[in-house]
This record gives sequence, structure tokens and C-alpha cells, in this order.
Amino acid sequence: MNRQLILGASLSLVFAILALLSLVWTPFDHTFLDIPGKLKPPGGAHLMGTDHLGRDMFSMVMVGARTSIAVAALALAIGLAIGVPLGLAAAARSGGWLDESIMRANDIIFAFPLLVMAILITAVFGPSAVNAIVAFGIFNIPVFARVTRGAALPLWEREFIMAARVAGKAAPRISVEHILPNLTNLLIVQGTIQFALGIQVEAALSFVGLGVQPPTPSLGRMLSDAQTLVTLAPHLAIVPGVAIILIVLGLNLLGDGLRDALDPRLKVRRV
Amino acid sequence: MQRYLLKRLGSLMLSLAVASMVIFTVIEVAPGDPAAFMLGINAQPETLAALRSELGLDVPKIERYFTWISGMLTGDFGTSYTYRTPVSQMVADRIGVSLPLAFYALVLSILIAVPAGLYAASRRGNVGDTAVMGATQMGVAIPNFWFAMMLVLVFAIKLRWFPAGGFPGWDKSVWDSLKSLTLPAIALALPQAAILTRVMRSALLDVLGEDYMRTARAKGLTQSQTLWRHGVRNALIPVLTIVGLQFSFLFAGTIIIEQVFYLPGLGRLIFQSISARDLIVVESVVMLVVFGVIMINFLVDLAYAAVDPRLRLRT
Repeated sequence: MNRQLILGASLSLVFAILALLSLVWTPFDHTFLDIPGKLKPPGGAHLMGTDHLGRDMFSMVMVGARTSIAVAALALAIGLAIGVPLGLAAAARSGGWLDESIMRANDIIFAFPLLVMAILITAVFGPSAVNAIVAFGIFNIPVFARVTRGAALPLWEREFIMAARVAGKAAPRISVEHILPNLTNLLIVQGTIQFALGIQVEAALSFVGLGVQPPTPSLGRMLSDAQTLVTLAPHLAIVPGVAIILIVLGLNLLGDGLRDALDPRLKVRRV
Repeated sequence: MQRYLLKRLGSLMLSLAVASMVIFTVIEVAPGDPAAFMLGINAQPETLAALRSELGLDVPKIERYFTWISGMLTGDFGTSYTYRTPVSQMVADRIGVSLPLAFYALVLSILIAVPAGLYAASRRGNVGDTAVMGATQMGVAIPNFWFAMMLVLVFAIKLRWFPAGGFPGWDKSVWDSLKSLTLPAIALALPQAAILTRVMRSALLDVLGEDYMRTARAKGLTQSQTLWRHGVRNALIPVLTIVGLQFSFLFAGTIIIEQVFYLPGLGRLIFQSISARDLIVVESVVMLVVFGVIMINFLVDLAYAAVDPRLRLRT
């Protein structure tokens, strides 16, 4: 077994469990304000200290991680749900007008810097978690369309696809029944990488006030709140920051580890 | 080369045209009337009507799009509603912060990545290599704005080596201006340096396996002579492509970092205009940033095609 995979999987699992656990239990009520007990350093009853409103940081990180993970996961779902069918369709009719227009549209979305696009969307439609999800989801579409198309194209030349065509199956059915199952490994690996990127994008957008809105905690929002208080209580910035780093590190290691474990020849684009 | 150039030029024009339409449409479909959006809910009907005609909202959309685009092409980016100054002048003031910052970060990231990648590649599989690769994993995972906060905490507040934020202006003091851009540039450079180190390492490893490297050793050059004369030079080609692409990332990345350090750059201008609901500024500045990014990518493509003739044939 490779060490990357084990380390990545364990880190990801720990945060997944913490996030899920926060649905039913947190050490303290994360909405409970205890102003006299504010800005306590880590240690004692509050393992990671308290924030500027006296809320327990550990509970905030659990709930915040849940929000961040949910934002990244939904954006990933948008990218998969739209990008994969587009990529399959483009590969099935390679060189056709559909292929051309899908790939040109992809080039254009890629030309937009992700942050600028997200800022534009949230500036006009108002800052919210939903708009942050949509912005990153749109960015994910060409990523998956490209990866799917690139991997599906050589498959179309293979004998088993030829056999399916001879058997009279239509292109959409071949795409779903024979092409897609052969792309799962690749999509899982790319998915973990986009997931990690989603955590970072949520953090960045919420940090500048364009993502998740108060009172919902997210890791990016906690950093945003910490910005003015960081000199007074450094743990306000350190705790959520380290949480983000560990989640992203875990997912990236998981992605690299899975890539090596599933297929050493696999080449994954890191965007 | 000529055919390649025409083709790339065509797709550049197409990208720019579509990008401008996307930005225009997004601003247009803004919920409700842009004028009402800008003035807020307590607007007087007369002010609203005045702003509508000032923004040209009473003319058809298509006409307004072309007015905007032809204005952008001739350097007229419109007039800010809140500041009552031409957007072009505001951009000119701010770009003197954002562009040097992105460039500073780029230089730093090369200065870190080239030696680090060289070190890792020459000690492939050793402890040193593992340590460098581990560090790059961390570098990619650390959000640059968080790293920026930590830098402020240590180097501005504890050690007082650098200012925690603000920008004195190039005309006041070049040295102080450079100093106030140092921490932001380091924060921006970190993740890019991590990526670049990986590229440098794998490019070098590819080159090390080439026949001409063996020939160089066989004719009597030492390991380090071979590495420097033949290895690094050839490995730099892919590294330079990534450097070019990174510049556009860094340019877009300044938007967030400027927020942490209160730097009066394009990013802060965008956010100030968003909170002031000044859509004219948002629209034009976003278009300008996208234009910059698309142009940089275009130039990188051309430079790469000039270096590597095989690329010209690929369409």
C-alpha cells in the first residue's frame, strides 16, 4: 500500500467524520454566545479556545468544515453532472460541430480566471453560498468535459466498442454502457482534486465576504472574522487555517495516491 | 508559423468577444434595473431617471454593448458613478500596484522553485527529495491569504521588519513601496513556487534520461557540469511555459491578497465598487483583468511556438 494513499485517506476520513458528527453532536452549541468567555486561548474546557463572541472554536470548526465540504461537494456535483455528459457527447461525435462548440466554449471558460468569474457572479447576484457553488460549479464543467473527452476518445477506437457498434447499439447507449464505466477511476481521481480546489475556493470567497454569509460558519468565514483580531488572538486564524490545510492536503494526497493505486499510467490535469 | 499565428489570433479575438458578451450579459441580467440596483431602495424617481439616461439604459441593449466595447477599445472605460472620475484614470492609478506585485511574486517564485527543483531532481528518491516534495504538497494546500495573515503576524507585528499593510506610493519612496509589497508577494509566490518546483523537478528528471546527457558525461564532463550546461537549459523550456501561465494566475490572485494588506490595487478597486454598487467600474475592471489574462496566455502560446516548432503544426 502506498503511504500517500493511507495518509490522505485518513485525513479525509477524519474531517468527513467530524463534519458528519457535527449534524448530531458538537462539544458545545456553536450558536451559543458567551461574551465574558470570549477570545480564550486553546486549552481547558475549550480545546481550541473561543472566538470573539465566546463561541467554542472546536465546534465552529466542525460545523464550518461541514459547510465548506458541502459547498465543494455540490460544486463538484454540478461539474460532474454537466461536464461528463458533454465530454461523452463530444467524444462520440469527435470533430463534429458539437465537439467543436463544446471545446471552444471550454476554452473560453478556462480563459476566465476562476476568482474573477466567482466575484462577477456574486457581485451581481449577491453574495451567498448558493452563488459561490454555482460559480465554482461552472468552472468545474469544462474541467470534467475535457478529462472525459480526452479519455473517451481513444476508447472509441477499441475492439469492444466496435463490437458494441456491430451489435447495433447507438452512440449514447455505448457511451453510458461501455465508455463511462472505463472512466470511473479517472473521474474519481480528478474529482478529489477538484474537491480540494473547491475547499480553497470556498475559503477564498467567504474570506472576502462573497461566499457563505453569517451566521452560518464556514472555514473561510472564520478566517474572515479573524482578520481584524489576529493580533489579539492568533488562534482565531490558526485553527480554521490549519483545518483548511489539512483537508486540502488530505484530499490532494488521496487523489495522488488513488491515481498511483488505480492506474500508474493515468495522467491527471491539475488545474 | 504564419498560419499558426492567424489561427491563434482568430481564437484570441473570439475569446475576447465572447468574454465581453458574458460580462455584459451577467451585468445586464442583474436582478432588476442596474440603475435601481446602484441607487438602492430609497432612490428618488427623478434621480433614477437621470441615472438611467446617464447610463444609457434608455437605448437598446445591443447598441449599449457596442458603445461599451468601442469605448473600451479607445481607452474610454466609462465614468465611475460613485467617484465621478473616469474609470481609465482609476485603473491607471491602481495598476501601478497590482502589476508590480504580480511581477514581484513571479520573480520570487522562480527564485525559490528553480534551485528547489534542481536540488530535488539531483537527489531523486533521497531524503532531500522527499522533503522538498513534501514541502510542495504543503505549499499547494496552504491558502495564500491565510499565509499572508501569518506573515503579517510574524514579520510585521512581532518582528516589525515589514509594514502590516498599506502602500506609500512609488513617487513617495520606491524603497518603502517595495517593502510594503514584499509580504504580499511572498504570500502570492508560495503556492506558485510549489507548483513550479514540481514542474522543474519532473522536467529535469526527463532531461536526465536523454542520450545527450550520457554523451556529455562520456566526453568527460563532471556530473554538475553536465547538469548545468545541458540539463538545466533544456529543462527550462517547460518551466518557462508554466511561468507564463502562472503570471496570469498571480495577476488574478492579487485581487484577494490586496484585501489582506489594504493595498490600493485593481482587486481593492473591484471590491470597493462592488460594495458601492458601482457596476460601471466592476464591468470595465473585470473586462480589463480578463483581457490581461487572455493576452498573457496568448503571448505565452506564441513564445512557446517560437521555441518549439512542433507546436505550430498542431492545431
